[in-house]
Amino acid sequence: MSAINPELGAPDRPLRAARLRISGFFWRHRWAKAVLLLAPPLLAFGFVYLASLGALFISSFWTVDPFTTEIKHIWNIDNYRTIWDSGAYRSIALRTIGIAAAVTFTDALLAFPLGYFMARIASGRSRTFLFVAVLLPLWSSYLIRVYIWRLILNEDGVMNWTLGKVGLPHLHLAYTNWAVWIVFSYVWLPFMILPVFGALERVPHSLIEASRDLGAGGFQTFRRVVLPLALPGVIAGSIFTFSLTLGDYVTPLLAGGRPGTQFIGNVVYSSVGISNNVPFAAAFASIPLAVMAAYLLIARRLGAFEAM
Amino acid sequence: MIRIKRAHVLLAALAAALCVPAAGVSSGNGLPTTIGKGEGQLNLVAWEGYTQPQWVKPFTKATGCKVNAKYAGSSDEMVTLMRSGGGSQYDMVSASGDASLRLIYGKDVQPVNVNLIPDWKNFIPALKSPPHNTVGGQHYGISLQWGPNTLLYNTKKVTPVPTSWSAIYSPRFKGKVTVPDNPIQIADAALYLSKSQPALGIKDPYELNQNQFNAAVALLKAQKPLIKKYWALASDEIDLFKNGDAIIGATWPYQTNTLIAAKVPVKDLIPKEGATGWADTWMLSAKAKHPNCAYMWLKWVSTPNVQAQQAIYFGETPANPKACPIMNQLAAGSAAQYHCGASAAYFRSIKFWKTPVADCGNGQKNCMDYTQWQQAWTQLKG
Repeated sequence: MSAINPELGAPDRPLRAARLRISGFFWRHRWAKAVLLLAPPLLAFGFVYLASLGALFISSFWTVDPFTTEIKHIWNIDNYRTIWDSGAYRSIALRTIGIAAAVTFTDALLAFPLGYFMARIASGRSRTFLFVAVLLPLWSSYLIRVYIWRLILNEDGVMNWTLGKVGLPHLHLAYTNWAVWIVFSYVWLPFMILPVFGALERVPHSLIEASRDLGAGGFQTFRRVVLPLALPGVIAGSIFTFSLTLGDYVTPLLAGGRPGTQFIGNVVYSSVGISNNVPFAAAFASIPLAVMAAYLLIARRLGAFEAM
Repeated sequence: MIRIKRAHVLLAALAAALCVPAAGVSSGNGLPTTIGKGEGQLNLVAWEGYTQPQWVKPFTKATGCKVNAKYAGSSDEMVTLMRSGGGSQYDMVSASGDASLRLIYGKDVQPVNVNLIPDWKNFIPALKSPPHNTVGGQHYGISLQWGPNTLLYNTKKVTPVPTSWSAIYSPRFKGKVTVPDNPIQIADAALYLSKSQPALGIKDPYELNQNQFNAAVALLKAQKPLIKKYWALASDEIDLFKNGDAIIGATWPYQTNTLIAAKVPVKDLIPKEGATGWADTWMLSAKAKHPNCAYMWLKWVSTPNVQAQQAIYFGETPANPKACPIMNQLAAGSAAQYHCGASAAYFRSIKFWKTPVADCGNGQKNCMDYTQWQQAWTQLKG
C-alpha cells in the first residue's frame, strides 16, 4: 500500500523523473543540445562527403596496370603531369569552364527580365502561371529534355524545317558545341530564374520611389538601385548554373559528339566507366573542384550567400 | 596433433558435403560435372541485341531462370562492369576478343566445363578452343558468334557504291561520317594503312610500333573534320542515319539490319581492304551467384535454333554450323549472307579484335599497349 500514491499515478513516476532529469541536463548544458542536434548531419557530411572527397584526392596519386587495369598503390604525380602536358586535356578543361561561363551569362540575360516581370509587374494570377511555367519542365526527365533538343537541332529536325519554310539556309548545329551550349542554357534556366526573382522581390519599393523622387530616370534607377540590390541573386543563380554545367557529362554526350565536344565529365566517365582508370579520373575531377572552390570564394565576396 | 588434423579434415569434408548439394554442382578438378537446379535468376552483361525476347523468353519458361541484361557500349565497359561491385554483380558477359584475355588474366572469369555443353562439339574447329578464350588448355567460356565490322552507307546519297575504307577518310562526305567512339577504332585505321601504305609494314592492326601507331592516329586526326558524331551506342548510329545527319560510317551489321527494317535506304559491305571483326564468348564470372542458370544459358545459346535466331537478328555468323539450314528456313539466303559455315580462309581474313599489349610476339616489347590506345583516343576526340 505504501508504494502506491493514487494522486500521482505511481507507475509514471520514475519515468517522469527521468524525463525531467534529462530535460534539466539539456537546460543546464546548452552545448549538449547543439551537439545532439547537429551530430547526425555532421557525421553524414564528414563521412560520406568529406571522406569520399579525401579518398578521391588520394587515389589521384595512384596508377593502374595497363593490361589488367587493376589499381596499383604506387605514389606518383603522373596523372597530373599527363593532364598538364597534354594539349587535349587542357583544351577539354578550358572548354568546360568556358561553356559553363557562357551558359551562366546566357541564363542571367534571359532570367533577369523574366524575374523582374514576375517580381514587380505581374499580378497574382499571372505570377502563379509564370511560376508553374518555369517549374514545369523540372518535372519531366532531364534526359527527355535533352533528347527533345536533339530532335529540334538535327539535320532534318524542327529548326531546319522551319528555316527552310521561311527561305533561310540550313544550320548545321547538331552535335556541336553550339548545341551543347543551347541545351545547357535551356535545362538550367529555372535554377537562375528563381534566385533572381527572389532577389528582385526583396528590393523595397520605397527605395525605387526615393530614387525617382530624387530625379533619377527609369534607366538610372535600374542601374544604380535595382541592379546592385539584385546582383547577389544573379550570383547565387550563377553558382547553380555554373556548377551544374561544370559537372555534367550527359548533355555533351548526347547533344555533342563531334570531335572537340568532350567535357571534363566525359573524360572522367570514360576513364572510370570504360578504361577503369580511377586514379586518372580522380586527378581530372579535381579541376572542377578547384574551380568551384575559387568561384564560391568570389561569390561570397559579392554577397551571394545572403541572397540564397 | 594428428587427431586435431583429422578432425579438421573431417570438418572440411563435412562442410564440402553440405556445400555441394546446396550449390547443386559437384566438382572433380574444380569444374562442375553436372548442372544442378536453377537459381531462378541470371544477370548478364551483353551487347545490344544479344538478349532478345524471342530466345530469352523460351529460356526463362524452360528453366525458370529470369534473365536481367545490362547492355554495354564497348569492350572496356564490359570489363569494368564485370569488376564492379566486387565482381559478383553479374554472372556472365558476352565478351569480345579484345576483352576476354583481360578478364582471364584479371581473374574476373572462371573456367567452364565444355563437356556440359553438348553443342560445343559441333562448333567450327577455329572456335572450339580459340586463343582468345582458351588459356593453358582451360576453357574460359563458350564461343558464341562472330562477324566483321562493316562499312555502312546511304544508298541514295552515296554513289557509286564505295569499295574502300578510304570513303570514310576522304573529304568527299565531310560532316556526314560517323565512326564508333572506341579506341579499337585505331585498328581500323591501321588496317586501312596496311593496304594503302605498305611501306609502314603493318602486319597486324593490333600490334603497332610507335611509328605505325602515330601514322594511324594521324589518319584519324585528319578524319576529325569529317566526323558528324562519334557514336557510343548502336542506337546513336541508327538515329544519325535515320535523321540524315550521317550518310556513311563504320558499323556492326546489327545497325544495318535495324535501319533496313525501318525502311532507311542503307546497305553495308566489307571493303576491299578487309575488315576488323569480333568473335564473342559467353564467359562466367569468377564470383557468379547463379552458376547453374549460367550453364543452362550456355547450353541454350549454343543450340542451332537459338544460334540461328541470334545470327539473323544481329547479322553475324554462328559458331555452330548446324544453325545454317535453320537460318535459311528463317530467312532465305541468310546463311550465305552471313557466311554461315564459311571456310577457314574467310575466318582468317577478318582481323579479330584483341587487346593490344606491349609484348607483340616478335620478341621485342615495342608495341603500344592498350592504355596508350585509350589515351590517344581520348586526346584525339578532343
